[in-house]
Amino acid sequence: MTQTNLRTGLYSTHLSLGARMVPFGGWDMPVQYSGILAEVKAVRTAAGLFDVSHMGRLYISGRDSTAFLDWMLTAAASTLRAGRARYCLICNERGGVIDDTIFYRLAEQEYLLIPNAGNCLAVLAWFEDWIGRKFRSGVAIDDRTMRTGLMALQGPRAVRLMDQACQLEDGHTPSSLRPFAWGRGTLQGKPVFMGRTGYTGEDGFELVTDSQDTEFVWKTLMELGALPCGLGARDVLRLEAGLPLHGHEIDPETTPIEAGLERFVRQEGEYLGAGPLQRQMREGVARKLVGLSLPGRSAPRAGYPILDHGQEVGRITSGSYSPTLDTSIAMGYVLVRCAALGQVLEVDIRGRPAQAQVTQLPFYTRPKQGS
Amino acid sequence: MSPQDRKYTKEHEWVQLEDAASRRALVGITHYAQDQLGDIVFFDLPKPGAALKQLQKMGEVESVKAVSDLFSPVTGQVVETNPELAAHPELANQDPFGAGWLLRVQIASAAELDKLMSAQEYDAFVGGLK
Repeated sequence: MTQTNLRTGLYSTHLSLGARMVPFGGWDMPVQYSGILAEVKAVRTAAGLFDVSHMGRLYISGRDSTAFLDWMLTAAASTLRAGRARYCLICNERGGVIDDTIFYRLAEQEYLLIPNAGNCLAVLAWFEDWIGRKFRSGVAIDDRTMRTGLMALQGPRAVRLMDQACQLEDGHTPSSLRPFAWGRGTLQGKPVFMGRTGYTGEDGFELVTDSQDTEFVWKTLMELGALPCGLGARDVLRLEAGLPLHGHEIDPETTPIEAGLERFVRQEGEYLGAGPLQRQMREGVARKLVGLSLPGRSAPRAGYPILDHGQEVGRITSGSYSPTLDTSIAMGYVLVRCAALGQVLEVDIRGRPAQAQVTQLPFYTRPKQGS
Repeated sequence: MSPQDRKYTKEHEWVQLEDAASRRALVGITHYAQDQLGDIVFFDLPKPGAALKQLQKMGEVESVKAVSDLFSPVTGQVVETNPELAAHPELANQDPFGAGWLLRVQIASAAELDKLMSAQEYDAFVGGLK
């Protein structure tokens, strides 16, 4: 049976740029254009441009929208000021992760929430279920995923490039936005919503455009010097930056506390998963997500066993050669007794044992820039 | 488009007889293989002296995204591995039919080469994969 994948508004642009397309989260997406190594390098040293229109754009409004999100999310909506954004988890009652997301407070009673592509329908269903159970008519969700485009411009040159391309409505430059702030502006007359957010460990912006403007904005940013980058580079970049990917580091059977994401979870208050999550924060967990670094270029991949003196103590969730650090890196869950920084473990790489050292996450932190 | 002076496997390796009398041959991966793999970062190759069997696994190649098995196009013995490749696996991307060769092999029987595809047959085979 053939399944038809969805296409973003940039699909034909990707083809004309020579992208290799792969199915991802129900969409046909570019995995690479010029090559993963060149694309990673562009993001770490200059500016890379990603089509992330496969991710959801859910606009949530209504008089109960803040109370609703306070209930649905591990981070509070009520303490988020309009103009700001926050990263958090959407958990089930057991504290398992349905999705991770960034949400933007657009106004007193209006939010934009970005779920992962493959989870968008599950998140919508989960939200609708709870609106029915607890919030009735006080919350409206408008799914604008198919009516808008979403791009990420990332890298040390991304901010300057945005300043060249765009102006904010208030007359300021995009660079006036602080990390996790958002603003509305225009790019040669086209309306652009921009958040100073990303998923690469670099400075940059994520941009929401009207569908009919997406290609124009993409081409303008390319002409200003941004290199098109695919999901392959994005995966390496987020792994180097120690950022979790749903389906790998987090899923409905793992909790944010196990994943080391407790700083995005409220220690007090009522929300979905609060009971198990707050108990884990008080009492501890049996396994922890750790970073592992391995000498050489042969990388562990998801599912490979992690061993301590020959005994399996966990599994790899993601692994790759890191071009930025020129070594192999991975993340995985291990028993807490094996999670101390510096601990030396082994990974079974297709029958070959390889030494792996528990390493501080993130593997890569961007150098501090002079303004 | 693949070079005429060698033979090909369905697993996208090539073997080129350097000298019929001494039965020395070079082994590598094809342009199609390197293109499918993307940026290659690591080869796990058999050591000099190792025995190879035709169409049996002889090693692995890792790109940033994936791991693939390598299959020997011939039965024989490894004479040497490409000394440049450990430090520069990207040679197999840049020049898969030349500087990016993997192994020099002492072939057991040149007759085995007849079981492999010609360049025309291989290109037609690859054309059918697209």
